[in-house]
Amino acid sequence: MTSVISVKNISKRYRIGGLDPGYSTFREFLGGAMAMPIRRLRRIQISPSETIWALKDINFEMKAGEVVGLIGHNGAGKSTLLKILSRITFPTTGRTEVHGRIGSLLEVGTGFHPDLTGRENIFLNGTILGITSSEVKNRFDEIVAFSEIEKFIDTPVKWYSSGMYLRLAFSVAAHLDTEVLIMDEVLAVGDVSFQQKCLDKMHEIRNQGRTILFVSHNMTAVTRLCERAILLDKGHVVADGPAAEVVNGYLGSSWKATSEREWPNLDQAPGNEIVRLLKVRTRTIEGLTTETVSIQNPIGIELTYQVLGSGHILVPKVEVVNEEGVPLFSSHDVGREWRRQPRPIGSYVSTIWIPGNFLSSGNVLVNASLVSHFPATATHVNESRIITFQVIDNGEFESARGDYVGPITGVIRPLLEWNTTAVTLRDHRFASDHVAGSTK
Amino acid sequence: MLRVSKSVVVGSVVSEPNGENSVPGKQTVIVNDADQPASVVNLRELWRYRDLLYFLISRDIKVRYKQAAIGAAWAIIQPLGMMLIFAVFFGVFMGVPTDGMPHTLFFYCGLMPWVFFSGAVSAGSVSLINSSNLITKVYFPRVIVPAAAVGALLVDLLITAAILLGLSLYYGIHWSWVLAMFPVMLLLTIMLALDLAIWLAALTVKYRDIRHALPFVLQLWMFVTPIIYPLSVIPGKWRWIIYLNPLTGIIEGIRSSLTGGDFNWTAIAFSVGLTLLTMPLAVKAFQRIEKSFADLI
Repeated sequence: MTSVISVKNISKRYRIGGLDPGYSTFREFLGGAMAMPIRRLRRIQISPSETIWALKDINFEMKAGEVVGLIGHNGAGKSTLLKILSRITFPTTGRTEVHGRIGSLLEVGTGFHPDLTGRENIFLNGTILGITSSEVKNRFDEIVAFSEIEKFIDTPVKWYSSGMYLRLAFSVAAHLDTEVLIMDEVLAVGDVSFQQKCLDKMHEIRNQGRTILFVSHNMTAVTRLCERAILLDKGHVVADGPAAEVVNGYLGSSWKATSEREWPNLDQAPGNEIVRLLKVRTRTIEGLTTETVSIQNPIGIELTYQVLGSGHILVPKVEVVNEEGVPLFSSHDVGREWRRQPRPIGSYVSTIWIPGNFLSSGNVLVNASLVSHFPATATHVNESRIITFQVIDNGEFESARGDYVGPITGVIRPLLEWNTTAVTLRDHRFASDHVAGSTK
Repeated sequence: MLRVSKSVVVGSVVSEPNGENSVPGKQTVIVNDADQPASVVNLRELWRYRDLLYFLISRDIKVRYKQAAIGAAWAIIQPLGMMLIFAVFFGVFMGVPTDGMPHTLFFYCGLMPWVFFSGAVSAGSVSLINSSNLITKVYFPRVIVPAAAVGALLVDLLITAAILLGLSLYYGIHWSWVLAMFPVMLLLTIMLALDLAIWLAALTVKYRDIRHALPFVLQLWMFVTPIIYPLSVIPGKWRWIIYLNPLTGIIEGIRSSLTGGDFNWTAIAFSVGLTLLTMPLAVKAFQRIEKSFADLI
């Protein structure tokens, strides 16, 4: 069985830095014509500090009908890889082969022209994907129906909302029968019901035997839709395997302790000569480290650190990010005790308590830092995604879920007070009479 | 040594070059290989994307004239306006020789292809830069972009060419069988403009200075082209220099095709030769830079 997508030794180097604008001046061109051999030499000697490897030695294969999720932090090289597969950019080394036509959706509204109507853009988009007008015509009604923008199909797309843009773009890419579909973060925009529709459509596409490679920060979608996931980190493939395992590795176990991280050796602990972080962990009210917390229970995040240099006002700070990378909140110690008082040398434990019925269910990641603003503004410690825990909302306890069992939207899930009282309405005119009376 | 071993490995694993390949009965294979040039002249792929070319052309035309009050009339105002100014200053006041043709017609014969040529080359040279939002987000054969920029001006060329024929009738010029050379000359103009548009589009991505240099160069070019003056004013000894300007043969050819006069076959041969020679050079230059388009734009 041959692979539909094969990626062999792909590396991509970008030049960085302000010195080289990326394009050359005409003088260099004219001069270069005379000094060709010298220029060749200079090209080879690009100093390593001026370049960055966005991708390094990437190898993998995908079989027909496989759905693979590409995950990783921002800047890990996911989008670059998709761009190389769809031939938008060329690799520095290596080779990719894709057997079949590629439909790629790399950004919302790619190739849409704002002055053209939705109808015209469907055709334009189709032709950009390399599909003839007659093929687009055959699928036109389906595309429009799926995108739910029938009413606006003859409106210039510059009047569309970003959600409408995305719906139309996804719809075009999903309905044109390319053998391979490459998508970047298509689920990031759009309301939940449309996201669900996209996921269902992707299921359907998969069942048709088409091959899908997609980038997402939505780990739930990756685990639900893909049997396989590839984790990129700093341009390298660090994990490639069953989606659930790779996602778990990404969210948790690649940071050795999921909910507790400790640096036994002071010299290697993050920080500087002023302060070093010794330990970060979650804790329950009882004082135990925990990997999961029920939604109605508060959870503490505890930072243990050693102050090595006196005379600094130190502020511990915690940022909480959800699994899609959305920062939920950021909080630093504003308590009176240490707010305006330089910290003497010694060990300290700072704990922040996140109340119950505040976070939404799912995985959250914690960034911890130690900063000071006296005598100078400085960040001594800044550790990203250092620990993680999971909030569980199974409806067993008193929470915003109540008796509802379906999915709940929102990045937070507070239990808010509702007030409902029975009133007597004599007839339908009551309400309007009441309004009319009040405006008099 | 390294080179040899590398090519052996590549050769043994795969045979398809960059771009879209297909063997009849087999599926399309899309290849992106660091060690192989971009495939600018994959005719099969270009054919598949023909609708995109048509779309980009019609989009350009629509956008160009949508917001202009008199729309497509602008296409004829430029050559006609220049023709009148030239006729007054160079014709009436200065008495430039025109080989016996009416001044207006003589100037228009040169201005009609020139306005198209300079417009197409200018539009072509910035076409890739102006399409950066497409190029960085979606794949299609890049050569379509400068081709569409030239294509969008074809309508203008046809309108202005029709006006030239009308003008010649107005001046009572009798057409003869040599008028058959007129469309040939137009075709040559289009090919030449396409060559330079492709070449400059690629170069402009890499060397942004071209954007500033081009208007100046085109202005100079106009004066070394026999638009205001006939080829006959150039001393025979120096004529070969002006033959090196491929527009010379084209413009002189258009005049001869209308008046039924003697064709300057030397000049035309130069034009044809230079146009055919530029094509592979342009394609080669485009191909060399094509791989880095998305990173440079």
